[in-house]
Amino acid sequence: MISLTINGKTHELDVDPDMPLLWALRDELHMTGTKLGCGMALCGACTVHMNGSPIRSCSFPISAAAGAKIETIDGINSPAFQAVQQAWRELDVVQCGYCQSGQIMSATALLQTNKKPTDAEIDAAMSGNLCRCATYHRIRGAIHQAADKLGGNA
Amino acid sequence: MNFLKRQAIQAQQNSTSTAVSRRTFLQAVGAGGGLLIGSGFLAGSASVTAAEAAVTAKDAPVFNAFIKITPDSKVTMVVKHLDMGQGVSTGLAAIVAEELDASWEQMDWEFAPADGNRYNNLFWGKTQGTGGSSSIANSWVQLREAGAAARAMLVAAAADQWKVPEKEISVSQGVVTHGERRAVFGELVAKAALLPAPQNPTLKNPKDFHIIGKKIPRKDSIAKTNGTAVYTQDIQFPGMLTALVAYPPQVHGKVKKLDASKAKAAPGVTAVVEIPRGVAVVAKNFWAAQQARKLLTIEWDLSACEMRGSEELFNDCHAAAKKSGQVAKNVGDASAALAKAAHIVSAEYELPFLAHTPIEPLNCVIKLEKDQCELWYACQMPTADQQQVAEATGLKIAQVKINTLYAGGSFGRRACSNDYVVDAVEIAKQLPGRAIKMLWTREDEILNAFYRPMAVHHLRGAVTEDGQILAWQHHAVAQSLFPGANLDGSIVEGISDMHYKVPNLQVEGTEMDIKIPVLWWRSVGHSGNAFVVETFVDQLAKAAKKDPVIFRRELLADTPRGLGVLNLVAEKSAWGKPLPKGVTRGIAVHKSFGTWVAQVAEVRVKDDGSFNVERVVCAVDCGVAINPDVIRAQMEGGIGMGLSAALGEAITLKKGVVEQTNFHNYPLLRIAAMPKVEVHIVPSAEIPSGVGEPGLPPIAGAVANALFAATGKPATKLPLGNKAIFKVES
Repeated sequence: MISLTINGKTHELDVDPDMPLLWALRDELHMTGTKLGCGMALCGACTVHMNGSPIRSCSFPISAAAGAKIETIDGINSPAFQAVQQAWRELDVVQCGYCQSGQIMSATALLQTNKKPTDAEIDAAMSGNLCRCATYHRIRGAIHQAADKLGGNA
Repeated sequence: MNFLKRQAIQAQQNSTSTAVSRRTFLQAVGAGGGLLIGSGFLAGSASVTAAEAAVTAKDAPVFNAFIKITPDSKVTMVVKHLDMGQGVSTGLAAIVAEELDASWEQMDWEFAPADGNRYNNLFWGKTQGTGGSSSIANSWVQLREAGAAARAMLVAAAADQWKVPEKEISVSQGVVTHGERRAVFGELVAKAALLPAPQNPTLKNPKDFHIIGKKIPRKDSIAKTNGTAVYTQDIQFPGMLTALVAYPPQVHGKVKKLDASKAKAAPGVTAVVEIPRGVAVVAKNFWAAQQARKLLTIEWDLSACEMRGSEELFNDCHAAAKKSGQVAKNVGDASAALAKAAHIVSAEYELPFLAHTPIEPLNCVIKLEKDQCELWYACQMPTADQQQVAEATGLKIAQVKINTLYAGGSFGRRACSNDYVVDAVEIAKQLPGRAIKMLWTREDEILNAFYRPMAVHHLRGAVTEDGQILAWQHHAVAQSLFPGANLDGSIVEGISDMHYKVPNLQVEGTEMDIKIPVLWWRSVGHSGNAFVVETFVDQLAKAAKKDPVIFRRELLADTPRGLGVLNLVAEKSAWGKPLPKGVTRGIAVHKSFGTWVAQVAEVRVKDDGSFNVERVVCAVDCGVAINPDVIRAQMEGGIGMGLSAALGEAITLKKGVVEQTNFHNYPLLRIAAMPKVEVHIVPSAEIPSGVGEPGLPPIAGAVANALFAATGKPATKLPLGNKAIFKVES
């Protein structure tokens, strides 16, 4: 049995300890907001937070997540997340939307640690998240807008 | 590819053109010019059966095939196209809301079922499907009429209830008003939906539009920013199984010998089944299926596979380009003109195979029972897919039910599903009654992609002494999307129909026989052809000693909409004004799918030879701008995807085997390489045309032309190669 704390709730799972966290979330717990994109931590569609930092859940064994605080798009609710989500909606960032859970989780993690990121800092923090629709221009804009909204209180 | 062939035949039947392309296919039904008039919402409403009306009337009165309104005044717009990110759910709902005089907030939408009579693409006969940037264009009049008809029915119901003349009633923001009396839609729907639909509803004067042309929020933004938007991968049913398929290392390979004993014994595995294209492992979840798939031992028969590598294929294409091809366009006498020219500009281009790589790898959920097959996936071609599933299962078309879900990107890939959906059917046939989710990994997706064809172009051109184009001779060589007697028009699209005034123009095309599956890739032939044409124009401009914008202005003198985007982009990019040291500009103009786009790229070349695209200014003329913000988004996305291909994407083969497997060796554009983008929309009252694809073709040429301005070296091969900016920050 592996104990996982996800979005504030503890779950006991009887699964292969090597199973990536992504599949524990999706197939075992039916939390489907986090997506499969590449399976190799190259695209960021599967980004979740572990103790506040972004990780690629497709390549992260659940045994390594045991006992940690995991947050996903399905349940995260920090002020930084709310600001990011609102900015994403105001700027209509999304197109196909499939990568956006991961984009939003990476952006939230950035604003939780950097209250006023520059373009270069945004590019560095978001470089692990691919968007085939190339919504990058608006992602940058939305992160700046969310930072302004937070007013340095992330 | 039966599916493509079927469509090609249909296009040929409908088209007077000698060359078949997707463009002619898309335009085939519209060739008569009458398709947009009286076009179909009534056919739709007529096909709402009495029984259907009775069932739905209580909860959601049906006004016609596209509009349902519930007593809570929610308007549900039935979307006949797939939303794969291009924003068509928002765009189509906006057209209905406008004519209905609904408020944007009360508008909701749902995907249509497969139904070629009600939900056909009006450019494609009775075929329902999404492609060719045609969703808005084919729906424009149809949905205006549908919205206006429903509005008229609501007004008639109010007039009857209040005993007042219809013409004294007004509607605004979802409220029907006469003097002091007012009613919201929900109060009128029970009566209104039973009234006869007007045959020729009065459409609004465009000057009264209050939704069309304004920024309105996308209807899919909320679900796509909280994790609740449902994609195929997210479908869950009790007892559902997950299937992964072991495919041969090369397309067209077959199983010769299989040992599945270890896989069958692996934990969580329900079954291992052989299907025509590979071996499927069916398990309780993804992880179990993936682990077990690794335990299969398969010997493959690869005798039917392509065995050449990329270099050989390019050599073969160059050899073909040196011979004569099929004539696609012949104006004047290019050979004679070139024979007399003082100076000839020549160039040989190479364009690679490209993969679509939607971030959601392809997938399909299926449940096959004795007399029904139900599927859940991002279906782009519902009627063709339905037929294909019927053929594969032996069921009747009416027994195949397709539930369309959001697509996590398509870029053309989902327009042909005769591989992954049929694979899912073949698995389901061996496990009837079970809900099965067939997933592809990224490796499966790249291995089994239907690529954008590779191509070689040979060009010769010359200018007169006073700097006019004298002649242009062009031979395009590529694999056909429609193998057959006639030249596939996509090989020469954007070339043979170029709008530049060239007195002696000869365009030839040759189809190559390569055993690699190919398909439409966002903007199809335009994706590479615009690069070739626009960079060659800059080479000719240089030979003519003219500024590239001035040169193009002369060539487009008789093309007002082409001139319009050219002049707008020149103005907004401050063309000709000084730039910071190290930065140069390049321009490209291209028309595709009825939409004109011009782009200026500002590129900084660094000391080490690498470069950054810092800013792109884009002008677009797509007729009436229904949702300007979605148009801007599609231009931004087209630029980003086009830049991704221009800078770093290439599928290469070694002895017939695709060398790329995942995003580490098929690098997509990352955020750091995305330039600032500015989009300007030409005000227009023309019939709206598409925006999903036309933003892509010009960018590669614009960037290459900026590099040409900086270095004097013309770029003739894609990708341009610039590894530095694809580096992933760790």
